[in-house]
Amino acid sequence: MIDQMRRAYAIAKKDVRIYYLKGAVVIFGILSPAFLFLAFMIGRDLPVDFLIAGLLGMTIFFASTSVAPVIAPTETQTRNLERLAAAPISITTILFGDVLASVFFGIVISLVPIILGMALGVTVTHPFILALGIVLAAFCFSAMGLIFSSAPTSMTSTVMMLSTMIKFPLVFISGIFIPVQELPSWGQALASISPLTYITDLCRYSFQGACHYPVMVDIGALTVFLAVFMAIAIKLHERSLPKRL
Amino acid sequence: MKNVIEVKELTKHYNGLTAVDHINFEVEEGEVFGFLGPNGAGKTTTVRMLTGVIKPSSGNVCVMGFDLGRDPIRAKEMMGVVPELSNAYTELSAWNNLQFMAELYGVPKRVAVSRAEELLTRFDLYDRKDHKVKTFSKGMKQKLITAMSLMNDPDILFLDEPTSGLDVRSARLIKEMVRELRDACKTIFLTTHYMDEASQLCNRVAIINHGRIAAIDAPEKLKMRIGGLQYVEVSFAAHVDVSDLSAMTGIAGVRASGDKIQLYTDEPDRTIRGLVDYSQSFGLEIVTLNTLTPTLEDVFVKLTEEV
Ligand SMILES: Nc1ncnc2c1ncn2[C@@H]1O[C@H](COP(=O)(O)OP(=O)(O)OP(=O)(O)O)[C@@H](O)[C@H]1O
Ligand SMILES: [Mg+2]
Repeated sequence: MIDQMRRAYAIAKKDVRIYYLKGAVVIFGILSPAFLFLAFMIGRDLPVDFLIAGLLGMTIFFASTSVAPVIAPTETQTRNLERLAAAPISITTILFGDVLASVFFGIVISLVPIILGMALGVTVTHPFILALGIVLAAFCFSAMGLIFSSAPTSMTSTVMMLSTMIKFPLVFISGIFIPVQELPSWGQALASISPLTYITDLCRYSFQGACHYPVMVDIGALTVFLAVFMAIAIKLHERSLPKRL
Repeated sequence: MKNVIEVKELTKHYNGLTAVDHINFEVEEGEVFGFLGPNGAGKTTTVRMLTGVIKPSSGNVCVMGFDLGRDPIRAKEMMGVVPELSNAYTELSAWNNLQFMAELYGVPKRVAVSRAEELLTRFDLYDRKDHKVKTFSKGMKQKLITAMSLMNDPDILFLDEPTSGLDVRSARLIKEMVRELRDACKTIFLTTHYMDEASQLCNRVAIINHGRIAAIDAPEKLKMRIGGLQYVEVSFAAHVDVSDLSAMTGIAGVRASGDKIQLYTDEPDRTIRGLVDYSQSFGLEIVTLNTLTPTLEDVFVKLTEEV
């Protein structure tokens, strides 16, 4: 067990070295939340701490879901997978390594909006909750990224297209641009099925002290999403790995 | 002798196509076991099942006493694998690729450093160790991949066409390494299309065709088994009547191809004397005269030809 954890860490280290600077990761992970955010912010008069909380949630979301989906198709194409499959590690170990690399990327990138917010005078009222939320959300979204990459293809662009088709709608239903409590009841119902809603809510709590759901509900929901996403990702990858060789 | 690989009724179906069909064999400790067969015979599929990369449709594999279905991690820790189509991480340096392997196999850091240095020197790659693998030639990559498979000091090494596309010197380097490992009592499972390579290196070979094993034996014994294939090849300065030659005693068959005539026989000595007498009595000049014993290639062709 400890051996497998160490080996997962080795995989994460390899992922960091190879995939952080890939074009797709930079575009989908860093640039797209920035542009999406600017497009919505311009011409609207909203409080800064509300905006920063939304930006932070979105950044964690995009950054964490951008690394994992690149890895599996790229390694299919470059024919590295057979080596990994022959190594004394389980598929769960491989996936866990990929998640770690993705989480680390998400956390580091999320520092950008936090620093930006502090420069604009936003104060972090609950730093521990915020830190916990960011880590939990980064794990949750990384696992979600793995689900996208389980399609047995060697084309990174196919996986990216697939994930974009799911990611963008999620951004709109998650109370980032409009607070959840101001949504109609069908909108609130829709928001409650998106994990992004809960991390955004936690960010609001950390910055503004107020939130729509109780803090424990936010944390609980993210944990449940993480467990479910990870279980689905492992199942799907177990099925698709032999098809990639 | 202990069996380090035991394969029972191993089968793999790919949507309706049976790639490997109920094969059984054992590989003993310290043996170089050759696995030969025409393209698409099921060699790579078998190697993948033996190394735990794909799951068999049925049957089972034990490696070093560990059932690959139940205890894959323990079994895989003792293997080194050079897959048929594989690559090192091209974005990483040779050194980092080797260290990554060591980490995956749980090799302690200090051992890994000295072993990597040793292997890189052995494979003539030491001065390129910090270069990214994408700058390597095909042969250099193949040598690096072989070095990677040795990072965990495996007891069993699986090599799927390790010398295909290598120049003579690099191929020799790999063959030498196989011999050294054999002397160190390691077991090697070798897939190759080069018959002379199999003939030189292997203690035993299996010939697989259409997913079934056609024969398993020591190379020399396989050659004996298809006896009668020994022949004398002769060519004369002038045209001769083939039927004259087939009338000679002890000739099993005659085939003319080009200016050469092949006489199949169990007694090459007698045939040669007969040919000399024949040429003297008709005043014919012999241009070439060779005795040929069957090669592993003849065995291979005979056992895998379509019937
Ligand atoms: N992933 C796969 N999906 C479907 N069929 C496959 C797959 N892999 C192999 N096959 C089929 O299984 C059969 C055996 O293939 P295999 O790769 O084991 O042959 P081989 O003996 O290694 O051939 P070669 O000498 O060309 O490497 C072939 O008919 C091949 O088409
Ligand atoms: Mg093959």
